[in-house]
Amino acid sequence: MQLILESLFNGVAIGSVLLIAALGLAIVFGLMGVINLAHGELMMLGAYSTYITQLIFKLPILMPFYNAYVIVAIAVAFLVSGVVGILLERSVIRRLYGNPLETLLATWGVSLILQQFVRSVPLAYGAGLIIALLLGLLLPIVLSKEFISNRYDRFIKLGSWSIATLIGVLTASGLSSSISKIGRASARNVDVTAPSWMRGGIDLWGITFPVTRLVIIVITLISVLSVTWFLNRSVWGIRIRAVTQNRSMSDCLGISTETVDILTFGIGSGLAGVAGVAVSLLGSVGPNVGGSYIVGCFMVVVLGGVGNLIGTVIASFSIGILTDLIGAGRLLTIWPDMPGPLASTVDFFATTSMARVLIFALIVIFLQFRPAGLFPQKGRMVEA
Amino acid sequence: MSLTKRLFLGLTSVVLGSSITACGGGNQSVGCTDCDDQITVGILHSLSGTMAISESTLVDTEKMAIEEINAAGGVEVGGKRYEIKYIVEDGASDWPTFAEKSKKLIDQDKVPVVFGGWTSASRKAMLPVYESKDAFLYYPIQYEAQECSNNIFYTGATPNQQSEPATEFMFKRSPAAGKPFFLVGSDYVFPRTSNTITKEQVKSLGGTVVGEDYLPLGNTEVAPIIAKIKKALPNGGVIINTLNGDQNVAFFKQIQDVGITPKNGYYVMSYSIAEEEISTIGPEFLAGHYGAWNYMMSINTPQSRKFARSFKNRWGNDRVVADPQESAYNMVYLWKAAVEKAGTFDDNAVREALVGVKFNAPQGPVQVMPNHHLSQTVRIGQITSNGQFKILESTDGPVLPQAWNQFAPSSKGFACDWTDSRKGEKYRL
Repeated sequence: MQLILESLFNGVAIGSVLLIAALGLAIVFGLMGVINLAHGELMMLGAYSTYITQLIFKLPILMPFYNAYVIVAIAVAFLVSGVVGILLERSVIRRLYGNPLETLLATWGVSLILQQFVRSVPLAYGAGLIIALLLGLLLPIVLSKEFISNRYDRFIKLGSWSIATLIGVLTASGLSSSISKIGRASARNVDVTAPSWMRGGIDLWGITFPVTRLVIIVITLISVLSVTWFLNRSVWGIRIRAVTQNRSMSDCLGISTETVDILTFGIGSGLAGVAGVAVSLLGSVGPNVGGSYIVGCFMVVVLGGVGNLIGTVIASFSIGILTDLIGAGRLLTIWPDMPGPLASTVDFFATTSMARVLIFALIVIFLQFRPAGLFPQKGRMVEA
Repeated sequence: MSLTKRLFLGLTSVVLGSSITACGGGNQSVGCTDCDDQITVGILHSLSGTMAISESTLVDTEKMAIEEINAAGGVEVGGKRYEIKYIVEDGASDWPTFAEKSKKLIDQDKVPVVFGGWTSASRKAMLPVYESKDAFLYYPIQYEAQECSNNIFYTGATPNQQSEPATEFMFKRSPAAGKPFFLVGSDYVFPRTSNTITKEQVKSLGGTVVGEDYLPLGNTEVAPIIAKIKKALPNGGVIINTLNGDQNVAFFKQIQDVGITPKNGYYVMSYSIAEEEISTIGPEFLAGHYGAWNYMMSINTPQSRKFARSFKNRWGNDRVVADPQESAYNMVYLWKAAVEKAGTFDDNAVREALVGVKFNAPQGPVQVMPNHHLSQTVRIGQITSNGQFKILESTDGPVLPQAWNQFAPSSKGFACDWTDSRKGEKYRL
């Protein structure tokens, strides 16, 4: 019993990291059909946001609230990755809708640019740039319509952008002077240290549950529930699903497909940022952190069935549990007197490298029989 | 609209263009073998890509050593003083690029020596180039040995200068003495070879290895490995760690969470964690675990203190020095000594002169052996909470290097000697 519980927990822990990483992609790739190879780099931006938030909370004024920085970091990471995602959609992807190959190449290029950006630009200046962009995009939305739509609108636009730029520059110089660690560019990996309440483990029924893993499971759970609620219950969520099912018909019915595209991509990218927070708690943060997750993300989405959230959830948990069962050699523990040849086969695959090979092989075989994944989208779809 | 578009395009091309020239601007000086009082050497490490973090510290150290030599009057050959110039090339963490840039340095820049490499993969890619052109590479990293080229000079530790004394320490004198071993590593040549040696050695010491596992490069999901360790070592034991780079961060953060700590009787001995890595991973996760190196920053001798101080003065007070940097520093000085002994920059003469050259290194005296490796002192240290090693043991004097390992079945009973034409790369002892 204890063994099954431990194995289950480990599987769920591995699966929830996969799920939170793939959730954003399930929306962007699943609903919009955009192959976004820069998804991993949006995660990386989320991870770096966590790092910067952590450093800001180490400043004397905010030190009393240090234990809560992770919660703030989730919001910051969602915003940062969301804004960068929206910019990416507006500047590159929008022009390439319907050309999956070109999108693939372009987003791969963007991923390289983002990687090099965090290597060669000081993080403080990066943060300033993001804040300037955020304000510049938000101000016109916040300001009242009457105020903007007079004959001076050009000047107001210019003014709001210059205010945004000014605040961005101030943030950059403020950050780089008060936190010397991010004042210089560095290709070095950085480290996010979990607050003390998140370190260590909880002992229950003879099993140690690491708190970081529990926190990640909770973050994943909340994200999945809110996305489900948003897509099924909210007005914009329903519009998004309508556009997914039939773009031109939705357009005719007065849904602004362009806004839907921005929103969908923004939410998908923001979720990548949240995944970045989770990932930074487990390992280190570096320019390549996203690259190690991107293949897993696509694997989960394809296995689950494109355009289906439930499929993504089930796929990531089954991969997680399989990884643990095979990789940690649990099958032999559960069934110790396995017949000889079978036992040696199981033992052969009981390493992390071989488990990965075996899981990929199983997925390839599975997709031979169910090419559309676990839960293929049913109904009358209009192909773009 | 079209104007702004054009402006935007123009700006982008300007930005891109300048960044490209910035990348290509790595050449500090042009090859100049005809110049009267200058000699140009090659430096070849990754300045971009995943290995840049580690390898750029070597470039810094090599530049510092060259500047020191120049400030002291340069290299003296045949009664004439030469100033050392260098060309830095970027291997870009891409192994074929290392081979290509080596060709460029040898053929086009005509450098007499190249200081370069970090990963075994990059060395294996460069080796055929140096052998076919009969050029000379100086390689500064502790590695798995089982190689002995006439065209490479290895200043890092061989397994008998790092892992073997470390295994013996863990089995005989550590707090986990006599307990079983578990081996963890990244999935590539160094950890696998190193662990083959460790397994044979533990067997001959009378201990047991209860498991081993390898994490594919680029994968940081360590949960299955941790589950295996907990199952295999229920009452504590020794974990030999040869994980690479950021995989260490994930590993140490997560083993602490499940209680695999020195307090509970689990001791990790790592072969790739030096002062630089300790500060990245965070000493709070590493304190109490062990490391084995030839050089540790906490060595309290005048040479060691001077080395650390010069490096901080040159590159910033927050920088640290570690074993790979010390090896890189030594190889520049050993090359200088060999050239001065030979009285020429000619490869073959320098190669002959190199064997037997001594240097008073930051770690203590070192000497070049006939197998193109260095005799070095071995130290075992425990990581402290301020990010340094507390040196627990050090060998009485330098340990002789074994290019062919005496525990690995494939090389047992073999040695290498380039000073005797009948012996060469691999002869039976």
